[in-house]
Amino acid sequence: MTAILSLDNVTQRFGGLTALDAVSLDIAPGEVVGLIGPNGAGKTTLVNMVSGVYKPSTGTITFDGKRIDGLKSYQIARLGVARTYQVVQPFPEMTVLENVMSPATFAAGNLGVEAAQEKALEALRFCGLDEQAQMRASELTLAGRKRLELAKSLAMDPKVLLLDEVNAGLNPAEIDLALDLIRRISAKGVTIVIIEHLMKVVMNLCSRIVVLHHGAKIAEGTPAEVTSDPHVIEAYLGNRYARKQAGEAKEGADG
Amino acid sequence: MTRVLPVVLVIALVAALPLLGDNYLLRLGTMGAMYAVMALSWNVIGGFAGYPSFATAAFFGLGAYTGAILQGAGVYMPLAWVAACLAAALFAGLLGLAILHLKGHYFAIASLVVAEVLLEITTSWTSLTGGGMGLNLPILRISVDAQARLFFWAMLALASLTLAMNWIVANHRLGFGLRCIRQNEDASGMVGINTTLYKVIAFILSAVFVGGAGALYASWVFYIEPPDVFATLTSVKPIVMALLGGAGTVLGPVIGAVLFLVMEELVWRNLLEIHAAALGILIVILIFFLPGGVLGLFKRRRKPAAPSRPLASAEAGR
Repeated sequence: MTAILSLDNVTQRFGGLTALDAVSLDIAPGEVVGLIGPNGAGKTTLVNMVSGVYKPSTGTITFDGKRIDGLKSYQIARLGVARTYQVVQPFPEMTVLENVMSPATFAAGNLGVEAAQEKALEALRFCGLDEQAQMRASELTLAGRKRLELAKSLAMDPKVLLLDEVNAGLNPAEIDLALDLIRRISAKGVTIVIIEHLMKVVMNLCSRIVVLHHGAKIAEGTPAEVTSDPHVIEAYLGNRYARKQAGEAKEGADG
Repeated sequence: MTRVLPVVLVIALVAALPLLGDNYLLRLGTMGAMYAVMALSWNVIGGFAGYPSFATAAFFGLGAYTGAILQGAGVYMPLAWVAACLAAALFAGLLGLAILHLKGHYFAIASLVVAEVLLEITTSWTSLTGGGMGLNLPILRISVDAQARLFFWAMLALASLTLAMNWIVANHRLGFGLRCIRQNEDASGMVGINTTLYKVIAFILSAVFVGGAGALYASWVFYIEPPDVFATLTSVKPIVMALLGGAGTVLGPVIGAVLFLVMEELVWRNLLEIHAAALGILIVILIFFLPGGVLGLFKRRRKPAAPSRPLASAEAGR
């Protein structure tokens, strides 16, 4: 199976800081990949590079057989890579419907007003926001605005969806709703890369997890493999804890 | 169409102004139409796209000098006007590519400097522009009354054209994209809007008719000099007018232009010595109490009564 999105040796430097260091990653169609790592690990930088906010310093990014590094964000969006922001980015003075109509109008081919509105309503219904369609985006609750971000991404007909902490700041009940929503999006055949701090979300959703630390990929595998990986434990909890746990594991094996 | 008809009627009524036979009113009408051209043009970049451009004077002066030089070289007057439109549009396109990546105050300052630079160039390039001596235009061999009517109608036609352009932009995907850019430019890229292209188009549209207005103005007054057509006030006034009437709306800038003209005229006549200060205070008060402009006043009142766009299914679901 060929990868729909692949990063090859991608490095991103900001002045003297190397935010991402020679990261390679292949994502197969239909996968749900979790991207985790401590704060400052380079997760959002990776999403920003794939979505065209930054051009990688070195390395190539390929989407659907086409090189996309160096393309502008609107070009990448039109190809079918959608993203949500960690900090939600609605058009505050527009209604919820108009917000979702914007990607339907500009990214999903040349749609007329009616077709764009139909597509937007469909995305809103899918995300359970259709009753708020005529509200101003700035009047939505945080959970509502997060769902609006998802609806906007969906209205683009994406092949790959990059979710940057869509659950941050939500309460447990809202998270369950969001989880269900992401599962349904995945069931539509959309490939999803999800950045997340909440292990519950990652463990539940992802078939594969990639761990970044100080800009480098330190582990990759199923949720179970990754959580028992000593490098990951070291990155999150420090090396003393990692040694201790490794010792315990050894004792357990010996005894 | 029901909203277009009253506007067409009003324009037709205004076009009948020469019937009153008052050349003072006609002069005011020509000024008003010129203000409307400038306010409506600024509205595209400043109102729709949210880029506070102070380049209006640059486009106006460039148009005035293009028209004047071409007419001096014997080019037929209307052709010189069209050429002035094109020159301003071309200039705006190149300028836009250079400065539209700047945001907010930085963009404002960069655009403000452009008129100053052009002022210096026209003042020093004596062989072409006459420098500080100014430039005389060929006199039209028709009666004074006929001239007043001609320039009034020409300016009114240009204003109507600019209004139509605003209306088309507002109802086109370009207008939708520009509104997205104003509210969140980063997110606009993510939803597939080619922000650079849209901003440059908006900047060109904000220049093309101002260039024409500059050339018309030059033909109308027969004599131009650099400080007259590159005046900083020419950049500031359209912004005030658009804000007065309601920036980002189609009719707001026209209403603002008329209001501004009336205030300017009343204050000028009654408070000759401190007219600039009085006008300034009046504008500050108006903008302070009417942040959405005159049209914003109506919108806020109407909103709770009826949703802006009917959407039967979603509304009924509640």
